[in-house]
Amino acid sequence: MVTVVHPNLTDTDAKMSARDVSVFYGEKKAIDNVSIDIPTKYVTAFIGPSGCGKSTFLRTLNRMNDTIPSARVEGEIMLDGEDIYRSGMDVVQLRARVGMVFQKPNPFPKSIYENIAYGPKIHGLAESKDELDAVVEKSLRRAGLWEEVKDRLQDSGTALSGGQQQRLCIARAIAVDPEVILMDEPCSALDPIATAKIEELIDDLNGRYAIVIVTHSMQQAARVSQRTAFFHLGKMVEYGRTSDIFTNPLEQRTQDYITGRYG
Amino acid sequence: MSPTLLLLLALGLGLAGWLAARARAWSFRRASPDGRLASLPSYHAWYVALWIVLPVVIFVAAWSAIAPGLVTQAVLASPAADQLPAFGFQRQTILNEARAVATGAAQGVFNPLANEFVEPYRQAIGKYNWIGIIVTVLIAFLGGVWAFLRLKPDFAARNRVEKIVMAILLGASLVAILTTLGIFVSLVFETIRFFGMVNPIDFLFGTHWGPDPMANAANPDPTRYGAIPLFWGTLFIGAIIAMIVAIPLGLMSAIYLTQYANPKLRAWVKPALEILAGVPTVVYGYFAALTIAPAIRDFAISLGASSASSESALAAGLVMGVMIIPFVSSMADDSIAAVPQAMRDGSLAMGATTNETIRRVLVPAALPGIVAGVMLAVSRAIGETMIVVMAASTAANLSANPLESMTTVTVQIVAMLTGEGSFDHPATLSAFALGFVLFLVTLGLNFIALRVVKRFREAYE
Repeated sequence: MVTVVHPNLTDTDAKMSARDVSVFYGEKKAIDNVSIDIPTKYVTAFIGPSGCGKSTFLRTLNRMNDTIPSARVEGEIMLDGEDIYRSGMDVVQLRARVGMVFQKPNPFPKSIYENIAYGPKIHGLAESKDELDAVVEKSLRRAGLWEEVKDRLQDSGTALSGGQQQRLCIARAIAVDPEVILMDEPCSALDPIATAKIEELIDDLNGRYAIVIVTHSMQQAARVSQRTAFFHLGKMVEYGRTSDIFTNPLEQRTQDYITGRYG
Repeated sequence: MSPTLLLLLALGLGLAGWLAARARAWSFRRASPDGRLASLPSYHAWYVALWIVLPVVIFVAAWSAIAPGLVTQAVLASPAADQLPAFGFQRQTILNEARAVATGAAQGVFNPLANEFVEPYRQAIGKYNWIGIIVTVLIAFLGGVWAFLRLKPDFAARNRVEKIVMAILLGASLVAILTTLGIFVSLVFETIRFFGMVNPIDFLFGTHWGPDPMANAANPDPTRYGAIPLFWGTLFIGAIIAMIVAIPLGLMSAIYLTQYANPKLRAWVKPALEILAGVPTVVYGYFAALTIAPAIRDFAISLGASSASSESALAAGLVMGVMIIPFVSSMADDSIAAVPQAMRDGSLAMGATTNETIRRVLVPAALPGIVAGVMLAVSRAIGETMIVVMAASTAANLSANPLESMTTVTVQIVAMLTGEGSFDHPATLSAFALGFVLFLVTLGLNFIALRVVKRFREAYE
């Protein structure tokens, strides 16, 4: 079965595009023949029940699956027209361009400042201490965390609340000036207030970066995204504008999922 | 009657109590309307058996400590005791001889006077044996009867047994702690005796070590009891040279094994590394003395060092460093592996290489565990004796030249205790003062290391 793409999806400026991508864990096929264009200017949401492969697919976009020894990827994934799985691809450079925020906030056990400065330091993005300070401030401002932490930049990042930690992780990803930010259920470990802040932040970042977010919550997808892909059993069932997917799904399975029949 | 036989007797009585209690519990069970008891019959049986055996064990332990004293008192009350020399060595020898003959351990005596005491000993030993047996049986009987009378259909024997077992386990763990305490106390007493003869200031801060076990014990020369060269030798060999070897090698092997090695290789290399920890230290000693030390000496001479000795601090330190690699690497391995995968993913997702991730995230996060491992390794190294005895000589030498021979605290403890001085000579007693210092230092290191590890665990749980 092929993915149903909504006819009024007319994006032409794909930042990343996947062509016939399949992912295997050992013998098991986790992703089956997925093709998708991820637009530059919008937030794209991957939704679907647990175990449908949406996180797995997300992790192929910056090759984080490379850290799992048994994982194997087939097909093509392009970033600005360049296959990121070709031999000779610099994975380190790729991940600097395609950043990632994880399900559970994972700040390093270092100071808030050092957490943000980590990326710019390893990629040599700041030449002097002042430049580094500026990058740290800019990243924290963009992540909406500056006002809360500006007086305690030397405190440990792990001492922040869960929601602040997650925004710290987003700031950390922003600090290396990526083109795409992948978010793997960034709110699943947070309370509703912290979740609202993150969603607000995603809205602010929208347009500046291509954002892909995996979420369990259909409401969240409806609130923050403009494009939605519905995954089920390793296949991408339907892809289109978020408003179309939620109001006018073309596939029965999509309809069943968004009306809460399963998942 | 020996304690072993008393215990066997108690076990026999316990078995009888076990069978009797079980039979009684079964009779309750048959009599009860629904065929159920609060506890299974075997718990009733164990309850009674434990009440028979445990009091006896405690009694036998106490009895075997006081009975010999009671016997000796009885013997000294006999009329022949007036002929004994007042005090001291000879008096004790005579009594020992008499006792040996009385118990059948020896055939005859050297000192004719001892014959006078054989019969009193025989009588006293016989008398107290009987007292021991009677009290054992009495205690077993009282405990058994008391427990047996408490058995009822609704008696919670299961919970009682649980409590008794807990007490036994507690006792077992107390043995190790009390032993440590006992060692400490005995060290303290001998150390105080030593410090009565040699000023602690002279001992702790003096720079010349050369106790003469043949010198006049009453008036020791304090300038020969300066332990600084020993402390320095210990520190230099165990904490400096050995650590220069062990920390980088141990850490790097831990990093390789946790981050780079494939599972097959790891499954093979990690146990192999841990086998290093099981090699007897005397084997390392051979290796240091027969292979490494001559090689170092030849190498030093080829470089033009004239003072190179065949017993060098360097040889001992290098081999000791190899010996403690497993301590460092296994602690480092555990603490690096305990850093959450999310940290690693977070760093890799930032575009860091594996190497950068290790240096900037994993090692700093695991640092407390690594430091603790190093401290445990140091305390192990400074307590090590055999390698130094065999490879670094017994000459106390205050020098920073690793090619010279040096000695350590542990080596001098051995040398002083096995030396020619009498037991109350300050040279011999100095071994206790050295041991006391060593004990305090290693205790402190272990204490700090455990505290650090504990805090580290809390950070991720």
